[in-house]
This record gives sequence, C-alpha cells and structure tokens, in this order.
Amino acid sequence: MLELQIDGRTSGHPILGAITARVAEGDRICLLGPSGVGKTTLLNAIAGLDRRLGERMIKRSSKLRVGYLFQEHRLLPWRSVRQNLAMVGARNDEIDRLLAEVGLAEVAEALPDQLSLGMARRAALARSLAIKPDLLLLDEPFASLDPDRAAELRNLITRLLDAHPRMAMICVTHDARDADQLANRLWYLDGAPAELQWDQPLTAVASASASRISEQLRRLSV
Amino acid sequence: MKPPRWTYWIMLPLAVVLWAAIAATLETPLLPTPSAVLDSLWQSLQSGELQQHLGVTLRRVLISFVLAMLLGALLGVWMGRSALANALFDPLLVLFLNLPALVTIILLYVWFGLVEAAAVLAVVINKVPNVAVTLREGARSLDPRLEQMAQVYAFSRWQQLADVWLPQLFPYLMAATRGGLALIWKIVLVVELLGRSDGIGFQLHMAFQVFDVASILAYSLAFIAVVQLIELALLQPLERRASRWRAVGVQHA
Repeated sequence: MLELQIDGRTSGHPILGAITARVAEGDRICLLGPSGVGKTTLLNAIAGLDRRLGERMIKRSSKLRVGYLFQEHRLLPWRSVRQNLAMVGARNDEIDRLLAEVGLAEVAEALPDQLSLGMARRAALARSLAIKPDLLLLDEPFASLDPDRAAELRNLITRLLDAHPRMAMICVTHDARDADQLANRLWYLDGAPAELQWDQPLTAVASASASRISEQLRRLSV
Repeated sequence: MKPPRWTYWIMLPLAVVLWAAIAATLETPLLPTPSAVLDSLWQSLQSGELQQHLGVTLRRVLISFVLAMLLGALLGVWMGRSALANALFDPLLVLFLNLPALVTIILLYVWFGLVEAAAVLAVVINKVPNVAVTLREGARSLDPRLEQMAQVYAFSRWQQLADVWLPQLFPYLMAATRGGLALIWKIVLVVELLGRSDGIGFQLHMAFQVFDVASILAYSLAFIAVVQLIELALLQPLERRASRWRAVGVQHA
C-alpha cells in the first residue's frame, strides 16, 4: 500500500536521506531512533504533508486512507469531541461506537480543552480511526503519560489493532517495550541525513524480550 | 480585584453636574444647559428630523463598513498567507494608511462630484488598510499544526474556512470591527459635512453655521447612544458567543 523510495541526493531534503521501504497490509511497524533524527518528518512525509517529496518518492496506492495521531491532539478546540469526529465524516452511530471503544462515551459533548491529556489523545485516536484508515500513523502516542495511563493506551491500541487486522500501523516511539507489544516489524532511523539503518521483522527475533531489542538498538546506534 | 459596580456611575453624572453649573453661571447660548440640549433633542425627534438624518448616516456607515470589512479581510488574509502578495501590496498599504482621510474625501469629490458613490468610496478607502493590517496579523497567527491536520483529514474548502480559519481569525475580525465602526462613524460625518445634503454630518454643518450649540450637542448625544446600543446589543453578545470555548481552557488550567 505504501512504497518509500526517498533518495536524499536528488530530493535535496534537509533531513531525510536515502530511505527505501515497503509497507503492506497488516504491517505493524515501530519506528525507532534518537531524538531529533527526523522520525516525525518521515511520518509527515508518509501522510503527504511534505511538499518537498513528490509522488515518485512516496508511492501510495490510490485511495489510501491515512489516519494520523499527531503528538498534540490537534482537535479543533472550538468543537466538541463529537463534532470533531463528525468533521472527518463519521456518522453519529459510528461516533458513539468509536468513543465507547476508547472509553470516552461520557465526554462526547465536551470541548477538547476540558479533557485531560490522556483523554484528548484518545479522542484524537478515535478521530484517526473514524476515517477507517488503511494506514494508521502514531507519533509518540505514549509521550508525557504516566506509566499507568501509557500502559492503558498501549492495551487499547493493541485491542484496536487486533480488531482491524488488515490495517497497517507505523508508530514512532522511544521505548522498546512499545515495540515489543505493538510491532511485528522494526524500523530504525539514524544519521544526518537520516537513513533507514534497519528494517527487520520482529518475528526474526520472536523471542526477543524488550531488553534484547533495546540492547540491539544500543549496539546499532554506537 | 474588580472595583464595585457603583464606581462606574461617578464620573459621568459628575461631568453633567459640572456642565450644568458652568452653563447656569455663564448664561450664554454658546454653552446651553443640559436641559436645553434635551429640549433640542426632543424637538428634532418630534419633527422626525433626527430619525431621518440618523437613518441616512446609519445606512452610509453600514454600507461602507460591510464593503471595507469584506475587501480589507480578503486583502489582509491574502497578504498574511502569501509572501508575494505581501511584498506587492505592503508599500501601497503604508501609503494609504498614512493618507489623511480628508485628502481622500476631497479628491473623490473633486473627481466624481458630490455623489453618494464618492462619499461611500472615500470611507471605504480610508478603512480598508486598517482592516487589512489587522487581518494580516490574524492570518499570520493561524496555527500550521491545525492546517496539517485539516490536510491529512481532507477537510473541504468550506470546512477549512469555517471551522479552522474563522474561529482563529475571529478575535482579529472583532478588533477590526470595533476599530472600524469607531473610525467609519467619524469619517462618514466629515464626508457628509463636506458634500452631502442629508445625514448627521450635514445637520451638524447647518447648526455650526448658526452657532446652534444645543443642536450640535443633541445630535452628538443621539449618535453616541446609537453607537453604544450597537456595541451592547450586537458586538458584545456576538463576542461572548464566539469565544465561549476559550473560557473553557482557562477554567481547566
């Protein structure tokens, strides 16, 4: 559904270098790499937000629907949670079902700024699912949540992924534990310009514990 | 801390009392007493003159206000969004911002004659640059992150305008409206004084020629009352309605 053929030299992109990869149905990718290396830039490019990278370098199958959970919730603060979901084309009954799934049925009529950080993020997650995405992009979904809330959200996302087996996911994270629970494939982005150093199915390290993954990452980044 | 409510009701009555005292001691027609002004106000109300001229002035204000807001907002947002448009129009904007209103009015009357279109156009030309500058600031402050969101979720043009841009531009539109009304009122009066045969400005001109200070003050009072009415009945409720979501965030924080 997605093919990346970014050539750092011809694109003249200031952050992203040579990146060649394919994303297929059901791929669950965790995108790892040091801070500031360009992980969000890559997600934006995949979402079609980077004008410097054209169709030739980011080939998306036609009518690919991309749901994007940004780092901030980016809900419209002047619209209720329900209206924010309706805005992307969800019907009322779908909205009720989605909000129930993410545990926000009670606050459907609340404004985003009335919600806590974790709730707002779940509302934004519900919105990214409301468009029935083929590809779900998550940008550090667990950042600035306390460990309990982060674990809750991780379980929620695991459940949602299980419910939509054909949906592909790319999740930016710093934590190898996230990768362990969510991913079946790892991308490791590093260097300047940033290049995909490592693209490996997690099944190859099926028994890999979180510590082994992070150990591998440490070795790679040295 | 907010001062108690009655403190708002001190200076204005005091000014009226002072005015009445001075007028009573001087006993000159050049400074009529408050009651003489009220009398004059009542008389022009009874004769229907006040309503007629006020109506004409209000119509001119409304037409030029709508035109100036529309043109100014379009120009301002365009300049705020496009560096090229800004480079092209910024020198013109500076020129027109510094052009005295009186010059525009005189030139348009000279070129087009003492006609209604020239009068309205003069007001619009005076106001458009102010609106454009305010809305340019607004357009520059639009949140690019919400714009990315709107692009990812394929918002329609209309959604982008009504649900992403307009709520962010609203405070700037209100500022332009407030400043706009105050400025347009004043320019319309000058336009009427210089070249129309009706409207409050024209009436003030007539009163000036016979030194009828009571009429001048009466018309000014009626005028101020109408402006306050628009502020209280129209602008403030609109502002409260549209900024309800802001208060929410503050409470939460």
